[in-house]
Amino acid sequence: MPPKFEDEATDRKLCIIVSKGTMEWSTAAMVLGNAAVSEGIELHVFFTFWGFDAIMNKRMDKLKISPVANPSMKVPGTEVGMSNLLAALPGMTAFASSMMNKEMEKLQVPPHREFMQMVHDAGAKFWACRLTFDMMENTVGLTKDDLWEGVEDIISANDFMELSEGGQIIFI
Amino acid sequence: MATELIGGVEIHVDEEGFMTDPGEWNEELAPALAKEIGIDELTDGHWKVIRFLRDDFAKEGQTATLRRVSTMANVPTKDLYQLFPKKPAKKMSYIAGLKKPVGCV
Repeated sequence: MPPKFEDEATDRKLCIIVSKGTMEWSTAAMVLGNAAVSEGIELHVFFTFWGFDAIMNKRMDKLKISPVANPSMKVPGTEVGMSNLLAALPGMTAFASSMMNKEMEKLQVPPHREFMQMVHDAGAKFWACRLTFDMMENTVGLTKDDLWEGVEDIISANDFMELSEGGQIIFI
Repeated sequence: MATELIGGVEIHVDEEGFMTDPGEWNEELAPALAKEIGIDELTDGHWKVIRFLRDDFAKEGQTATLRRVSTMANVPTKDLYQLFPKKPAKKMSYIAGLKKPVGCV
């Protein structure tokens, strides 16, 4: 029997909450999101709190991974955990980030903005958290124009509850 | 291994129905495979993707991912989803007589 692609085309819905703006976690969100849309699953991605770094034009091309307080991060080429003292040296975050960027490039993982565009082009909807937006409006003068153009709208937690009805939720 | 009769030709397939022997595929088989999964007509857009997949498989030994098709064959993501609705990675591979891509992106 040939694959029943259309029969499988499901009414499944997935909602990913992105609460972190680091390189590794925003990538995790996009990898899962991309997998979802390419399986015909309806996808909503809700960015909240630190996750705003991933949708702010000024910040989204400069996402970083921090080696500080990260026991999983080893000294390159060894099984030795990186001490926090070493990790806290100036330039270490930039170094770790550039290494991760290179590794991801080898695996053909697109840079964050391009990845977002790819998932967006595949039909995903991206949403920004109202409370975070209001807070950042007060603290850093954030405006709607500062957000990446693929963001559908700024919505409240209640709006998110409505749009995620019947869906599966992943919190990152 | 399971076989299946598509367009009058017997082909070997895996448990999901994807062809297991790329050598059994030819361009005449593609329209018949496409019909099996609800794509009634192969346009130039489809063929561009299918031929890229075949060429790339011949060189790399594995099925290109959506990202690879969009960057290397210059087919925008949106078009891939229009040409092969809902499950573009699986559908394009199926029609090209290849296994589905193993890569995550």
